[in-house]
Amino acid sequence: MAESSRLCSVWVGSETGILKGVDLGKKQAFNYSDLSTLSRDQEVSALCWGDDFESEVLVGCVNRTVKTFSTEKSRFTEFRHCPGGEGPFRGLAVWDGSLITCVESGLLKVWKEGSVDSAEITVGPDVYKMCHSPSQRHRVATGGKENDLKIWDLQRPEEPVFRAKNLRNDWLDLRVPVWIRDMQFIPGSDKVVTSTGYHQVRVYDPASPQRRPVLQVEYEEYPLTALSLTADANSVVVGNTHGQVAIIDLRQGRLLRCLKGVAGSVLSLQCHSSLPLVASCGLDRFLRIHNTQDGRLQHKVYLKSRLNCLLFSSQDKLEADGETALQDGVKEEDEEEEDEVWADMPTVTDRAGGGKRRNESEEEPQPSTGPDAAGKTKSATQAKKKTKGMTIGATQAKKTKGKTIDATQAKKTKGKTIDATQAKKTKRKLRSSS
Amino acid sequence: MDVKEVEVDFGTQEHVKKLKKKGKKQKPKKGKKPHKENGETNEEAEKAKTDEKPPEMHFPPTFSVSEIKNKQRRHFMFLKFKQEKRKEKLALKKKRKKERQALGDKAPPKEVPKTIENQRVYDETTVDPQDEEIVFDEGTDEFSAYFNRLTNPKILITTSDRPRGRTVRFCEQLATVIPDSHVYYRRGLALKRVIPQCIARGFTYLMVINEDRKISNGLILSHLPDGPTAHFKVSSVRLRKEMKRKGKEPTEHVPEVILNNFTTRLGHSIGRMFASLFPHDPNFVGRQVATFHNQRDYIFFRYHRYIFKNEKRVGIQELGPRFTLKLRSLQKGTFDSKFGVYEWVHKRHEMDSCRRKFHL
Repeated sequence: MAESSRLCSVWVGSETGILKGVDLGKKQAFNYSDLSTLSRDQEVSALCWGDDFESEVLVGCVNRTVKTFSTEKSRFTEFRHCPGGEGPFRGLAVWDGSLITCVESGLLKVWKEGSVDSAEITVGPDVYKMCHSPSQRHRVATGGKENDLKIWDLQRPEEPVFRAKNLRNDWLDLRVPVWIRDMQFIPGSDKVVTSTGYHQVRVYDPASPQRRPVLQVEYEEYPLTALSLTADANSVVVGNTHGQVAIIDLRQGRLLRCLKGVAGSVLSLQCHSSLPLVASCGLDRFLRIHNTQDGRLQHKVYLKSRLNCLLFSSQDKLEADGETALQDGVKEEDEEEEDEVWADMPTVTDRAGGGKRRNESEEEPQPSTGPDAAGKTKSATQAKKKTKGMTIGATQAKKTKGKTIDATQAKKTKGKTIDATQAKKTKRKLRSSS
Repeated sequence: MDVKEVEVDFGTQEHVKKLKKKGKKQKPKKGKKPHKENGETNEEAEKAKTDEKPPEMHFPPTFSVSEIKNKQRRHFMFLKFKQEKRKEKLALKKKRKKERQALGDKAPPKEVPKTIENQRVYDETTVDPQDEEIVFDEGTDEFSAYFNRLTNPKILITTSDRPRGRTVRFCEQLATVIPDSHVYYRRGLALKRVIPQCIARGFTYLMVINEDRKISNGLILSHLPDGPTAHFKVSSVRLRKEMKRKGKEPTEHVPEVILNNFTTRLGHSIGRMFASLFPHDPNFVGRQVATFHNQRDYIFFRYHRYIFKNEKRVGIQELGPRFTLKLRSLQKGTFDSKFGVYEWVHKRHEMDSCRRKFHL
């Protein structure tokens, strides 16, 4: 059980109050909750990472408790009751060791660690979403039904830093209604992208002199309930209540592609931080992982309850690590023999050595990227280190899932003759070093 | 006449010449050996018959009926082809039956024919009744109030605006079939305004029958306090007077309910929805039963009166209207088609691509 939670790459909160961890490699889902104490008021309404290393998940429930789940220990470690205001949590975030919560009635509270009192901000009624800026940690954005986008600075809670202005009256001279359903800060800048219940996607820029949206794109005719920026912040994935999921380009404001397969309302979307994958969950009780580049469905997991929110971990390798470890093992044996041959031969240039050194340096920052990343690669690295000190092909295969050259070459060497692998190895070394 | 053996590669003209002799069967199967011409002796004809191939004209192996340009002749040849196929099939059946009889007890068991229901793609959402999570989910969902006997059903039946006679009669008959239901004329009222009034008066269901060009074609079933709304496509509506051998009118007794073949999670939700339409305790005295039978995602509604003749035999008599439903969407919450959240929407191009995949 402890092992399983470390391998889970997607965390999903359901309507029944169960936190589910999904291991995409083995295509298994694990329920982390006590089945005897289930009740509807434990329904998960918000999920967020407890820290930067993604070792803790904060689960916000409808009955206003925030539970901390540790992925290392596979159990809930803390329970915290956050009273005040009405309605479920609409946003959860962690800043500087304190917890930021926002509820539907508009009460945003910053709970300091250990103490009961909190700093409060009223952000207006009917809040649907509160979002925390990843780059400027003291900034928070809120929005809701007839509650336009406001960006708050937690150090100066009296007034919002940015207050969005509504669009001009439309062609019938009627006021344009406002209903923000989901929003996200664009990393690297101050901009915020929001999706509305009136099927619009808007980008606001506080740095620009206009308070109206800089870009507006419409998609279909149903409320857009979920939104997520892709890894390169150029496009955004949106989902609506009919299960239509689309990728919209933010630079040009046009539709790039539609992702098919979702049958019910999409309640939560999240893109992976580096790979071109997007996870979606919703009322049809399925978790789906699509590839954003070609739109294909990669994984589909049935999770039995309606799913409210999800968290996608930023692990690099989401596929079965055990298999790659095996492959690496086989390759290692080949490479052991090869390396002896190579070691006997005089080194021609420094390029081979440079390549090796670079791989080692690449390896170093890896363990520090986080315990769960280490946890993931632990078994693989341990397996490797047992047999050999350093293997180029294995480390390259482990790291470069996206870079196809090395990975495919690594796969090709499996099961081939020594000569062929040697020939390929020269190619690989030259390419890696070049 | 001489017996000719013709080898290969004929032009179509040869076929046309031979076709003029009607009554001769052609062998359009490809790759067969060329057969003797029709001028054969009877013996050879008999021999040919025992091989299941009556004396035929020869033809090149690439012949097919569709190459004949003349429609009448082509049609004739095709019919002949079909007759022959049927004959072959019968002969094969006979042979198999004979073999089976010959083997007696040692005969292999009869093969089960493949049907679309047999070949159905396994749906991973099929409910396992022991699954605790699903038991909890169903125990606390919107229908739990009914299943825990906290509420009794009360249905409001109405139509789309300005209904025509057939729809009105359908509504009336539905009202006789479903106990504690009331028909109201829809005076062009908006459903979103009707719903709060219904909740205030204690209704548990709102049923709206949509009509198009004098035929009922849609059904919206909305569970009232806060429950899901299902939108169905209605087809094949048969009123009481169109039924053959119908009995007397359905009485006031509460019928029993049969729900067949709702296996998946979505099917369970819909099944529970239908079950909550009827009061809890059926009057067995009334001997009436309402059946919702799901087959290939179509739900067939039938209303019967039964009588047990002896322990093993039952007589049934169909009363009441009959109709077929197909689920189009299931929306969470009461009726709100624009801003409501949908739990399941039927998308034809994605979901109907496989003929053996069903969702209910």
